[in-house]
Amino acid sequence: MNERGRVGMIGLIVAETSLFAVFVVAYLFYIGKSLNGPYPKDVLELPIFNTVCLLSSSITIAVALRALRTGAARRAGVWLLLTIVLGAVFLAGTAREWYRLIVGHGLTIGTNLFGTTFYSLVGLHASHVIVGLAILILLCVFAFSGTLREHLERAEIASWYWHFVDGVWIVVFTVVYLVGR
Amino acid sequence: MLGMAWRLLLFATTMTVLTTPNATAGGNGVVQTPSIFAPASTPAFAIRELALIVFGITGVIFVVVAGLTVYALMRFRRRRDDDGREPPQVYGSRQIELAWTVVPILIVVVLFLVTARYIFAIERRPHLPEALEVTIVGHQWWWEIRYPKLGIVTANELHVPVSDPAHPTPTFITLQSADVIHSFWIPQLAGKMDVIPNKTNRIWIDPQKPGGYVGQCAEYCGLQHAGMLLIVAVQSKEDFAKWAAQQQTPARHDAEVQAGRELFSSLSCINCHAVRGTSANGVFGPDLTHLMSRWTIGAGVIQNTPENIRSWIDDPASLKPGALMPAMKLSRDDLDKVTAYLLALR
Amino acid sequence: MSVLADTMASRRGAGAHRPLLAVLHEWVVTVDHKRLGVMYVVSGLVFLVVAGLEASAMRLQLAWSGLHVVPPGTFNQLFTMHGTTMVFLVGIPIVFGFGNYLVPLMIGARDLAFPRLNAFGFWIFLFGGLLLHFSFLGGEGLYGGGAAPAIGWFAYAPLTERAFTPGNATDYWNLALLVAGVGTIATAVNMVTTIATMRGPGMTLGRMPIFVWEILTISALTLIILPPLTAAQIMLLLDRFLGAHFFDTQAGASAVMWQHFFWFFGHPEVYILMLPGFGFASEIIPVFSRKVLFGYPMLVAASAGIGLVGMGTWAHHMFVVGMGSTLNAAFAASTMLVAVPTGVKIFNWLGTMYGGKIRFGTPMLFCCAFLFQFLCAGLTGIMLSVAPFDWQLSDSYFVVAHFHFMLVGALVFTIFAAIYYWFPKVTGRMLSERLGRWHFWLFVIGFNITFLTMHVPGMLGMPRRIYTYPADRGWEIWNLVVTLGLPLQIVGILIFVINIVISLRRGAPAGDDPWDAWTLEWATTSPPPAYNFDVVPVVSSRRPLWDLKHPDDPDGPHE
Repeated sequence: MNERGRVGMIGLIVAETSLFAVFVVAYLFYIGKSLNGPYPKDVLELPIFNTVCLLSSSITIAVALRALRTGAARRAGVWLLLTIVLGAVFLAGTAREWYRLIVGHGLTIGTNLFGTTFYSLVGLHASHVIVGLAILILLCVFAFSGTLREHLERAEIASWYWHFVDGVWIVVFTVVYLVGR
Repeated sequence: MLGMAWRLLLFATTMTVLTTPNATAGGNGVVQTPSIFAPASTPAFAIRELALIVFGITGVIFVVVAGLTVYALMRFRRRRDDDGREPPQVYGSRQIELAWTVVPILIVVVLFLVTARYIFAIERRPHLPEALEVTIVGHQWWWEIRYPKLGIVTANELHVPVSDPAHPTPTFITLQSADVIHSFWIPQLAGKMDVIPNKTNRIWIDPQKPGGYVGQCAEYCGLQHAGMLLIVAVQSKEDFAKWAAQQQTPARHDAEVQAGRELFSSLSCINCHAVRGTSANGVFGPDLTHLMSRWTIGAGVIQNTPENIRSWIDDPASLKPGALMPAMKLSRDDLDKVTAYLLALR
Repeated sequence: MSVLADTMASRRGAGAHRPLLAVLHEWVVTVDHKRLGVMYVVSGLVFLVVAGLEASAMRLQLAWSGLHVVPPGTFNQLFTMHGTTMVFLVGIPIVFGFGNYLVPLMIGARDLAFPRLNAFGFWIFLFGGLLLHFSFLGGEGLYGGGAAPAIGWFAYAPLTERAFTPGNATDYWNLALLVAGVGTIATAVNMVTTIATMRGPGMTLGRMPIFVWEILTISALTLIILPPLTAAQIMLLLDRFLGAHFFDTQAGASAVMWQHFFWFFGHPEVYILMLPGFGFASEIIPVFSRKVLFGYPMLVAASAGIGLVGMGTWAHHMFVVGMGSTLNAAFAASTMLVAVPTGVKIFNWLGTMYGGKIRFGTPMLFCCAFLFQFLCAGLTGIMLSVAPFDWQLSDSYFVVAHFHFMLVGALVFTIFAAIYYWFPKVTGRMLSERLGRWHFWLFVIGFNITFLTMHVPGMLGMPRRIYTYPADRGWEIWNLVVTLGLPLQIVGILIFVINIVISLRRGAPAGDDPWDAWTLEWATTSPPPAYNFDVVPVVSSRRPLWDLKHPDDPDGPHE
């Protein structure tokens, strides 16, 4: 019956969608406009593994909530932990990619328009993953301590945020690694 | 109501003033009040025409709606002898509300069609081989003016030949910026067009009466945005040809100002300024080849007189605070020499 | 209807003996929507005075050509701070402040959906406002003289890039507004949630007061159009601090992109400011005309229409950028289109007054002036939507006159009306009618002397944002007249402040319902108890108190 929480989270997601949309528009507009390299097709590799991890984490969190609904808080906690691990692997993968780009190819946010739009868009997404992980860790802790059982609605609403972050990644992946390359 | 009457009076006075052309003219014959209702060139004429249509439509709307409002306020005010009963409550009326939605939509459709026609007509440039081509580059806080086909570079004063409506000789202006966004606006000749870095804009004018027309930068561009004035000198074809021929010549090489010329070439002046025919070909500041042929310096901020030239070289910020030219800190003797040299650049 | 004695007595008794620190503490930790609403409005009014002083300094400088009242750099800081303060620190807090106070009362709720988020929103707004003004004291800035930003309130790139604006002035602007914007988004989430989920029994969406509809519309709009500004500001931050190139034209970027992002926010922003003003008028005009609001469903549809179409008009601020004829025409069309639902509202108010028995109390006086001034502002807006005409008038004093007519003549006037109307509910005391009339007449005359006249120099070619102008352009006399309207407005505001201060202590007791009004906020005490209503009100029409006062002819069957 947590109407307020649901509407509030939808409101937040609307605002965040709008925020990301502007960075996506900037990315699309600046495709092909860099005055100097490195250029996307020279340096970008499809982050397949990362993407699979992140999108799978949407499945694991859904399983966790299903467990919670039946009262199996410990099982929910395990699946939440799995979600966190998948999210952390995604972040690690992003960090590795950035290291390769910065140190290996000399691409920074100030190198050219591609660098500017790439790091800001992917970075904005990554910052939201970090916030999501913080929320997931809290949920995980409460799951293992048993208290999450009484807050099923809140857990569900929090999972919407995580699904949103995954949804944004689908857009970012398409724009950066498919359209823009 | 008092407010209404006052508004009408002010409106009537204003319209009279505005539609009276050429309020004042300066000593050098330059028209000083750049009213958008005193057009001298086709785009400005077209806009005035459109403006009068729009004033007509909005004027009628104003009279009708304001009139209804005044009527309602007077007719339905509570009387002294009011019995205190609530008046009949009317919740709405489908027909009336439909009518007062449909009528404005129709007005909007008509207004849009008229507007679209003028947009396309004005922005479509006539293709005329006799047109003069000018490139204007906006700088903080002056205008660089180039005539690519004539090999002329000057600053802050745009000379163009007058255009005969029967055989038009318009001027096509290409607008670019060297730094931030500026805006080119000579109200009597055309609407404004922004001057944007990394973007090329185009505008055209065909002034039909000789004379001077003033304008200034119309997009805030930093400290001296207010000091980025512009004069357009519209001349007869002969006068323009004479002016152009004179501008095309390299700088005068007067013997009396040799000392000043040598100083100029050895100091940092040549880093920013160009004087055609000498070693000076800096592009950060205005071209000085024919400096003394211009009415003003500092982009219109002060008159071009020997004293002002001297003061400017000594300390530009004293005349135009924030100007990007540094104070040259010359000794009095050096200052006299350099000033004399510049005064010879006619 | 509600118990008066206990609440009033306990409040008065408590106020007499409580130490100042305890009272302050209560206000600082409050999550009560009413207290927060008052804090928003009071803060907004304080910033209004600050920005008004900035405007006064500018008008003194421009009264004649070649004056030296303030140096050029300072003038540029003044118009930047004036515009930024008025839009973000006066308009937004006041309208959301009123929303804060009135929405729960009007829908029969106890508070907003997220009271602590509400408090967060207020304090982060205040922090942002103080951060922006701290810039006056800050270290190095543009050519010295304080570090207040001098980039214009819409901060066009690339002037805002480090290459052209060294120092931290721009960063004050950027960060203060970024932070305040987060608060506004939080409040918008709060409002939408409250209105969607906490309406009292019987309070369907179709029975909410128009003011609540306006708050719902602007909150939904905020969620969509404020993040783009946040995004652009993050981009500017990245450019200025990490060497990014979002707006660096030397690296191939587009200066116009900032304008698109900014105005995509900026235009709906002015509807966010104005719609609650329409909401105020829609509450006050019926009560003072003694008639139900004419055409409620159409008014709701008009608000929704303005919100929707308004998001598609932004590039009418960019007609002179060189977008090409097709885009110019498209945005001219959308701008003209949005004028229809906006204009239709005037007819609804006229229809309300028709056949009524109009009482000219101070709230109604301000609403009457609003009607004329809003009409003028709307019509000059139509003129500006005609793109070729805008090619002459854009960035001139004509535009300045237009938007001051809208933001002062329409919005501030309805805000004054709202303050006179709801002050009794908030404080339990009436404002003085006599002082109110002085405030009204001085201000309306001064306002028109200034801003009606201001259209003229625009049409005579005077651009905006110039700290002085040449002596022979024929602009001097008009600028002088514009400046002469200033003292009347200042005295008017002074009288207003005096009225508030005096009436807080010695105003006539208001009672629950001093105006004989019909919406739910008048069904509880003045001021309301912390929990708003003793008994959750059940409504069966748009005017619950009309139904109670006229049981023989309730609204329900007519709606």
